[in-house]
Amino acid sequence: MRFMYIVTPAHPMPATTELIEAVHKLAEREIKAGHMLDSGALMPRTLGAQVRITDGRLSVIDGPFVEAKEVIGGYAIFELRDKEEAVAKAVEFMQVHRDHMPGWEGTCEVRAFAGP
Amino acid sequence: MTAADIHRTILAVWRIEQPRLITSLSRMLRDVPLAEDLTQEALLAAVEHWPVTGVPEKPGAWLMATAKRRALDQLRRRQMLARKHEMIARDMEQDQQAMPDWDAALDDDIGDELLRLIFTACHPLLSREARAALALRMICGLTTEEIARAFLLPEATIGQRIVRAKRTLSESGLAYETPRRGELSERLSSVLEVVYLIFNEGYTAARGEHWLRPQLCHEALRIGRVLTSIAPHEPEAHGLLALMELNASRTAARTDASGEPILMLEQDRALWDQLQIRRGMQALGRARELEGAGGFYALQAAIIACHAQASTADETDWPRISGLYSELAALVRSPIIELNRAVAVGMAEGPEAALVIADSLAHEPALKTYHLLGSVRGDLLHKLGRHAEARAAFEAAAALAGNKREQDLLRRRAAEPPT
Repeated sequence: MRFMYIVTPAHPMPATTELIEAVHKLAEREIKAGHMLDSGALMPRTLGAQVRITDGRLSVIDGPFVEAKEVIGGYAIFELRDKEEAVAKAVEFMQVHRDHMPGWEGTCEVRAFAGP
Repeated sequence: MTAADIHRTILAVWRIEQPRLITSLSRMLRDVPLAEDLTQEALLAAVEHWPVTGVPEKPGAWLMATAKRRALDQLRRRQMLARKHEMIARDMEQDQQAMPDWDAALDDDIGDELLRLIFTACHPLLSREARAALALRMICGLTTEEIARAFLLPEATIGQRIVRAKRTLSESGLAYETPRRGELSERLSSVLEVVYLIFNEGYTAARGEHWLRPQLCHEALRIGRVLTSIAPHEPEAHGLLALMELNASRTAARTDASGEPILMLEQDRALWDQLQIRRGMQALGRARELEGAGGFYALQAAIIACHAQASTADETDWPRISGLYSELAALVRSPIIELNRAVAVGMAEGPEAALVIADSLAHEPALKTYHLLGSVRGDLLHKLGRHAEARAAFEAAAALAGNKREQDLLRRRAAEPPT
């Protein structure tokens, strides 16, 4: 099964070098293990936009924003056995955040791909 | 969480840790089959304790500590060269006191050890079937039951196969060896063959419809990716990975809603997985950079790449495919490759030239019971307007097809009116 992970920090603060290194190590392991198919870093949500439909009305929520332009958060695509394995990986990934950047808060959303 | 949920969570965590466990223990014990036994014991220990204590915060460290403790017991029990090993044991105990060794574990370069593991599981001394079972068990962490379900065989059969294979390795002194540099490429072919066997078992799904069969494709792909990362200079490892990624990219398009197979040229190409195609093309590019474009797997990948890169069936570069098949046929003499070449020639040059090749295969013993020869001939005859002969060929093919859905497809073709 394929899963999309979307990591969104609660606060737009740049990751510490220590955290970045730990995450890279983990990513390298997952690439070598054949689990991670693709990944990328994302700019803060405030540099993007949200296009929504509510009550039949279409709205675009967009800047201007005055926030730091550091990369925060990212996405990754994994191929794994099942949801349990996907959750275990996300827990491991978030534990790395807790160990290497105390005070970091945020979410790692795990979404399963549709299809075979 | 129900007991079943906890069990699945434990299995998931264990599967993540299993490669690191087995490689660390192999290095400690210098015995891969024994290391595999002990990682299974660590799993059993987790199944026994975690439902009571909850999953530990650092489950990897817990499993590693448990497995290492058992390995230490083994070393002590063996009482090998008392003094020297006691020193090793003492070092290890100190190591363990320094737990949790999460960072150390992350730092561990398990590449060489993993390569040793793969080469052991796929040793040419073992039968292909034994190699496949052992690889799924030792490299992918599948349980005996899962392997049995995937291969549609009784669990006892797979269990025996694994036990016997491990015994063979231990008795022949091959429990812990790494091929020498010069041997690497040669030994690798024995590994690639097994990986491809596992992939095809899942991909062709000639029998059964269990979900674990596509899972076999995923496991084969995963071993393929592992191999290219730990043996990055072997062009055929990249070639095989390219072939598997490119073939797997069509999975969603291969059957319709009712499960009927859809032929490649009629598939909805929007359903082809572009991420996987991109990965396949990258792997093929790497094989070519390593001067492996003419390899057995790389050539087959190049053929599939021609399809993957055509945005419609009409845009397929058939002359190139036909040329690649000629290269492949020169490399490996196989009536099945010849038959595929006939199809490509038919598309590139027309049905007449193709029928000459297909007819030359009529007496091949290997194709006597192979339904695709009749299927290809039927198609060529149909295009040439020789409808009575086409119908006879399709009907003969339908009688040989093992899969119900394929039989139906061939019968439909036999009933097709002249165009």
